[in-house]
Amino acid sequence: MSTHAHAPAHEAKPLGIDPPGTTHVSHEHHEFGFLRKYIFSTDHKVIGLQFLFTGLVMLLLGGLMAMAIRWQLAYPWTEMPVLGRLLFPATGGVTTPEGYTMLFTMHGTLMIFFVVIPLLTGTFGNYLIPLMLGAPDMAFPRLNMLGYWFWWPGIFCILLSFGAEGGGPAAGWTAYPPLSTIESAAPGSNWGQNWMLISLTFVGVSSMMGAVNYVTTIVKMRAPGMTFFRMPLSIWSLLVAALLQLFALPVLTAATFMQLFDRLFDAGFFTPTGVIINNVSPEAIGQAAGGHPLLWQHLFWFYAHPAVYILVVPSMGFVSDILAVHGRKPIFGYKPMVYSICGIAGLGFIVWGHHMFMSGMNPSVGLVFMTATIMIALPSAVKVFNWLGTLWGARIQVTTPMLFAVSFVAMFIIGGLSGIWMASTPVDIYIHDTYIIVAHFHYVVFAGSMMAIFAAIYHWFPKMFGRAMNETLGKIHFVGTFIALNGVFYMMHQLGLAGLMRRTADPYAYETYAHLQPMNQFISWCAFALLGWQIFFVLNFFGSMVWGKRVGRNPWNACSLEWEAPSPPGHGNFDKPLAVYHGPYEYGVPDAPKDFVPQTQKAVGFQVHA
Amino acid sequence: MSEALAAYDPAVDAPAHHHPVYDYDSGPPVERGKFAIWLFLATEIMFFSGLIGAYIVLRSAAKSWPDPQERLAVDITAFNTFLLITSSWTMVKAVFAAKAGERGKLLAWLAATIAIGASFVSIQVYEYIQLIHEGAIPKIDIFWSTFYAMTGFHGTHVVVGVIWLSCVWFKALGGGYTVRNNLGVELAGLYWHFVDLVWVLLFTIVYLF
Amino acid sequence: MSSLKHFLLRAVITLLFLAVPILGVWTFVKAEEWGLWFPPTYSTYGPSIDFLFDVIMWMVAVTFVGTELLLVWFFFRYSKKDATRATYTHGNHTLEMVWTAIPALLLIFVAFSQMKAWSTVKINFPEDGPYTVAKPLMEIYASQFDWRVRYPDAQGNFEGADVIEVPYDITVPADTKVVLRLKSRDVLHSFFVPVFRLKQDAVPGMEIPVWFEATRPGDYDLICAELCGWGHYKMAGKIHVLPKDEFASWLAKQRENLYAKD
Ligand code: HEM
Ligand SMILES: [Cu+2]
Ligand SMILES: [Cu+2]
Repeated sequence: MSTHAHAPAHEAKPLGIDPPGTTHVSHEHHEFGFLRKYIFSTDHKVIGLQFLFTGLVMLLLGGLMAMAIRWQLAYPWTEMPVLGRLLFPATGGVTTPEGYTMLFTMHGTLMIFFVVIPLLTGTFGNYLIPLMLGAPDMAFPRLNMLGYWFWWPGIFCILLSFGAEGGGPAAGWTAYPPLSTIESAAPGSNWGQNWMLISLTFVGVSSMMGAVNYVTTIVKMRAPGMTFFRMPLSIWSLLVAALLQLFALPVLTAATFMQLFDRLFDAGFFTPTGVIINNVSPEAIGQAAGGHPLLWQHLFWFYAHPAVYILVVPSMGFVSDILAVHGRKPIFGYKPMVYSICGIAGLGFIVWGHHMFMSGMNPSVGLVFMTATIMIALPSAVKVFNWLGTLWGARIQVTTPMLFAVSFVAMFIIGGLSGIWMASTPVDIYIHDTYIIVAHFHYVVFAGSMMAIFAAIYHWFPKMFGRAMNETLGKIHFVGTFIALNGVFYMMHQLGLAGLMRRTADPYAYETYAHLQPMNQFISWCAFALLGWQIFFVLNFFGSMVWGKRVGRNPWNACSLEWEAPSPPGHGNFDKPLAVYHGPYEYGVPDAPKDFVPQTQKAVGFQVHA
Repeated sequence: MSEALAAYDPAVDAPAHHHPVYDYDSGPPVERGKFAIWLFLATEIMFFSGLIGAYIVLRSAAKSWPDPQERLAVDITAFNTFLLITSSWTMVKAVFAAKAGERGKLLAWLAATIAIGASFVSIQVYEYIQLIHEGAIPKIDIFWSTFYAMTGFHGTHVVVGVIWLSCVWFKALGGGYTVRNNLGVELAGLYWHFVDLVWVLLFTIVYLF
Repeated sequence: MSSLKHFLLRAVITLLFLAVPILGVWTFVKAEEWGLWFPPTYSTYGPSIDFLFDVIMWMVAVTFVGTELLLVWFFFRYSKKDATRATYTHGNHTLEMVWTAIPALLLIFVAFSQMKAWSTVKINFPEDGPYTVAKPLMEIYASQFDWRVRYPDAQGNFEGADVIEVPYDITVPADTKVVLRLKSRDVLHSFFVPVFRLKQDAVPGMEIPVWFEATRPGDYDLICAELCGWGHYKMAGKIHVLPKDEFASWLAKQRENLYAKD
């Protein structure tokens, strides 16, 4: 692999097209002040960490909302300890009905747009893509910085919406009109809903900038020898997630603008003619009508179904990498893994209607969506089998990242299988909008993605900070989290089968549900324990930055490129030229001097997989 | 407890001082900037598909839909459409000039494009003012709701294009583009052509049909 | 790490993962006893929906237990301290084909087995009974936060002085194919009767036909299943299923009352 160096990059770089494999070598020496180094940094690693810290703070916020929801479901209309006085000062800490709708709306919105997506793509997308490809930074570092800073007005607006006069948005994270568009339908939530929509627009722009950057970097900035099929699965999954964002997110942006038009300029995209809301006819007070509520649902789910895959696809990639490293074994079926990620993403664009089986959409169309949806379980199954294949015959190191990664597989099985019930239209008639749906998506998003995020933090922490997290604390964190989360989410399946509806402030008002309260109390206490237990993570996370064991470049003996750089990597990432000779999963290679062969090591005297 | 964690060894693990930045180029022979702008345009296509799709759905679901030709000044807008198409041609000329390294021509063609773009926006603003005077605003009915949303977002795109081209013009004035380095002009051009194309579509479905 | 400590760690984690399929299945077995299972079903198509649920449940259960047990076993077996290297393999083409093709066939079977029940409930409305989509028994009108029922006048009109309107309580005949027209006055709601296994959103601006045939007289909960505002949690209604003849006399009585008022 010949990497011929040009003279100073300042001249060479902006010129036309370089043949693939060209290397620019520059001798830039930067001394940045604090502001440029840590706040307005264009370094992908710093930006990744910024997303990490901000995302974890938002996780705490979203988690507190969840606790408030769980208190109400366990002990409805009683004074909520600790949080109550903060959230509902007017009623002495007792949840109000409109407060409850606001709580779950904010919980969902925060968790999806401010926690899981930013942690997966913002944090690890930024941190890992250049490092795993052997690049010095993202293709457009300044755009990258802008992407992070566009997230902040989003955070600012969502917090504003929370504190908006009369209460926050109250129509669910799905924001179905007309509840979300006609002010009299949800008294109080007027500017709350507007701020939420504006916030989502900023978040969207931020994600867009990230996604353009990720795809360009992955396509254009791979080190010599790093072909597409030698990329780690983390990179594949981040690439696919970025493509999903590129093609799905703009549709949401268009839809939120339409909703804002309805709210701010009294346009009529989603308001049908002839409705009377709270004794007021929107037309009589000068609002346009003639629109259609289902239009929003189509546009929203056209985005949001791919979005639920954005919420899980990157974690599938991280888990694959972690299983291979800590299992000391090549990933089983690398190419099927790649194809199944692509299959999930492709099918993901034609299944949005499965959220609308009961919506009044033409029931014959529902059958088409059903068939596509059921088929999407296929690539998911292929992934599970390949993960199991990876564990078979492995040499499992019982480390914290490995525990979280294995538990991702165990939990994803549950979330994926329950999806088949929901996809089956007749069965969905009964279970749609019940707690079994809540169980389903928490098994994929919490028990799946959040566990994968923990795995990834434990796994890449040594690279980020040059120190490892404490293993004992990590295992304590794992065991408690695993038990508590199953305590929270598993029985929700059965509650749903008993008919319990989601988004109900006081289910026990119905005779049908009165007997479900004890189980809900059990679930709530598991939830409080789940949040409390995270103290072990917080202590470990911050403590290890200072007192953690000092580690070198490659503490886990892994093959991929990020481990060639110093820990933590300096500006420009790599302090030596790179060349890639084979795939990223050469573990347990017979006759090799060590049980792993880094991607940069040529196989001499033994054989590796092409 | 953790034998899996290799210990720190300064001999191999310490970062090297004074090393160059290694920046590799891979993949298809197209500049990073151009690759990215195509991705960006793909997102724009999805954005306008959302808007246009909503329009088609609403219109076909409506019991009746007003004849746009009665409500809108089609002749003025037809002229405006012609203007915008012309600006695509001047933009092509500007890109050719940039590639040939002819700074004077580049500046002139760019200026023409900017001027035409600005006139387009002005005429559209004039149309808006007329309509608003007549009381035609989004809240009147779904026709006006969709009309303002679609033409408004397109208009915003034209404004962004005019600002972008102006920045390019100033850079060109300072001699910022050369025969070998003119990607900036081309990228702005791609965006401009896209905005024009969208307009032809919007004009057809909003004004003519 | 001493080998005892290592063994204990493996054992604890293995038991933890093992608990998932064991408790998972056990809670499903016990659910009915704990009152955490489907309510009884009293509509003609209810049993076919429950049957489909069960079919999928058995497939899911076998897959769930199978994959989780493999995972548990692999974890326990291959976390043993072992100086040798892992099995060096990058996959197996035949295996991939097998575990793609078998689930694919099963999933296609699942998809096709749903179609009939779905068509029965949502597509093919009764045409032979006393009520049809064109001539429904009643109109159900949802609004924040109540349900209203309207029975048409003798000509089948839903407007006019002879229309019977009742809030909250929906009275229907048993053993009759009841077709109703679902409307909403303001925002989205959803008409959910758990014992009928029936759910349908009410959408403002749309008139959506819904049908069921109740098999057992009694009073059943009607629940709003789509978020409709602050009072969503208390948007309850009742379905009274009366024996056919009683229903006829009940309706006649309502008419009388109506005329008596004038
Ligand atoms: C095995 C593949 C899957 C299938 C067949 C499937 C199927 C479904 C269906 C049919 C629904 C709608 C149910 C209803 O509302 O009645 C649903 C809801 C949902 N799914 Fe999945 N799903 C799958 C995987 C996933 C994954 C991987 C995620 C996320 C990471 C996910 C996240 C969600 C969420 C968040 C909802 C609820 C949305 C809401 O109403 O707020 N699903 N799923
Ligand atoms: Cu979905
Ligand atoms: Cu409701």
